[in-house]
Amino acid sequence: MKGNEAVAEAAIRAGCRHFFGYPITPQTEVAAYMSRRMPKEGGLYLQAESEIGAINMVMGASAAGARAMTSSSSPGIALKSEGLSYMAGCDLPGVLVNIQRGGPGLGGIQPSQADYFQTTKGVGHGDFHIIALAPNTIQEMVDLTVLAFDLADRYRVVSMVLADGILGQMMEPVVLPEYAPDAQDVSKGWAVGGTGGKRKRNIINSLYLDPEELETMNFQRYERYAQIGRDEQRWESYLLDDADIVVAAYGASARVAKNAILEARAQGIKAGLLRPITLWPFPKTAFAAAADKARAFVTAEMSMGQMIEDVELAIRCRRPVYLSNRVGGMVPTPTDILSVIQKANAGHDQ
Amino acid sequence: MKTVFAKTPMLTDNVMHYCPGCTHGIIHRLVGEAIVELGAAERAVGVAPVGCAVLAYNYFNCDMVQASHGRAPAVATGIKRVRPDAAVFTYQGDGDLAAIGTAETIHAAARGENITVIFVNNAIYGMTGGQMAPTTMPGQVTQTSPYGRDASVAGMPLKVCEMLATLDGAAYIERVSVDSVKNIRAAKKAILRAFSCQIAGAGFSMVEVLSTCPTNWGLDPVGSLGWLRDNMIPYYPLGIYKNSQGD
Repeated sequence: MKGNEAVAEAAIRAGCRHFFGYPITPQTEVAAYMSRRMPKEGGLYLQAESEIGAINMVMGASAAGARAMTSSSSPGIALKSEGLSYMAGCDLPGVLVNIQRGGPGLGGIQPSQADYFQTTKGVGHGDFHIIALAPNTIQEMVDLTVLAFDLADRYRVVSMVLADGILGQMMEPVVLPEYAPDAQDVSKGWAVGGTGGKRKRNIINSLYLDPEELETMNFQRYERYAQIGRDEQRWESYLLDDADIVVAAYGASARVAKNAILEARAQGIKAGLLRPITLWPFPKTAFAAAADKARAFVTAEMSMGQMIEDVELAIRCRRPVYLSNRVGGMVPTPTDILSVIQKANAGHDQ
Repeated sequence: MKTVFAKTPMLTDNVMHYCPGCTHGIIHRLVGEAIVELGAAERAVGVAPVGCAVLAYNYFNCDMVQASHGRAPAVATGIKRVRPDAAVFTYQGDGDLAAIGTAETIHAAARGENITVIFVNNAIYGMTGGQMAPTTMPGQVTQTSPYGRDASVAGMPLKVCEMLATLDGAAYIERVSVDSVKNIRAAKKAILRAFSCQIAGAGFSMVEVLSTCPTNWGLDPVGSLGWLRDNMIPYYPLGIYKNSQGD
């Protein structure tokens, strides 16, 4: 399956029956697939008037208790910032897919990973986070989409599947999960839809004019984030046990990095891969442990150097961290990454 | 003792924060009464705006969601699509509905979204202290049109009913006023028709209610009712602009 279509099918199987879309390259196949499939599943594909409209429809559908979803690409995600902040302030679950493209501005339509900051640091105003899951195969596009819904409901947060134009467009065989028919019936006692005369009214709101109350709400939300940070860090290790040089890469970059690592090993450089699967929460534990043994780190990312800051923080700058990057829609070759691995191995200036 | 008047059970006992003489309280009551009279109280879901009515979730005694500025129709769309049997309404002011939320308003109407919009037009931004609104009339003095709205600079106001009535998806569009007992009674009927339209599944319904803002207009409550009558009604004519039910 094509990555974009795999995400959509996985969402349907995870019980999503309300998808609100808006066309933007290179994620449009998600919307197109949903528009074909949803009516056959008794679900809804609704094309919104804007990215802003789409995220607010997700907010409404989520408030009404549904597993709701939208997808977009980098500039469109920026437009959703406000809605994401309100959903966080209201503790509403939801799933968002970002098939990244190059920026800033209109940028380009080729693959990019330049939304790392937007996703993990600045996804909207105020204190909040979203869970960010970064697949690097089409199978993971499927599996992490299902996980995104489960985590969103469990923690009442928005989960994002953060991929890029490569993963959105490429094809691989996948094993699809069984349908989760009961997912719609997850008990959400806080949802709106009318009291039915059986319960007190529910209010979904992010306004707290009393600063003490707002502070309390923020502290409570961050206790939940702390729990997510403890329990939900995910990563993949590849040839890491004896690695002198640890390459940190996620998504499509990690696929290229694996080839670079094999070439480095063929040249006698003990390189390994530490691939964050959750970008938030960042797998700090794994990085801290890797820093005990490794001599240096290389982050390989399709950005001007964004994830590198989290790597440096996670290892408390105990080791040098080198940056291997291509940007603007350019995809790194194994040789690009290998050359930085060689530099790190030789201990050259960063 | 015989009860001659009772507050509608659709309003809570919370003390309203609206300024003296502001007509939000009247409009809240009319909405509440209409929902109860149509037997929809237990399936009502309201969406509060940003602006003076942001705290509407404290006043309407039903499930409520507070939306971001202008996005109430999109949020209401999401709710209604998940719970088609719910009686979903938004309650929005002129800045919220006719400026920052223009796209959401127009497209909800164009889709024939089966929701009811209560649009409170007082020709000014109230919550932020009286700035020029999309419905501020030519020559009207506000904090950000201190010499009167100059159409050569600020352009002309939006006439929302007239605009939405051109859309095929809009089922019921009426403009009313709450400046007099007679008009309040007419406003109640309009709100009843709008919710009836939704309950019948006919599509998008909106009632625009001309409302006062004594505080930011710099008038006393009675004076502001007169100002509404003398200035707003001539510019924003009352009446039914669209009624696909045709009753």
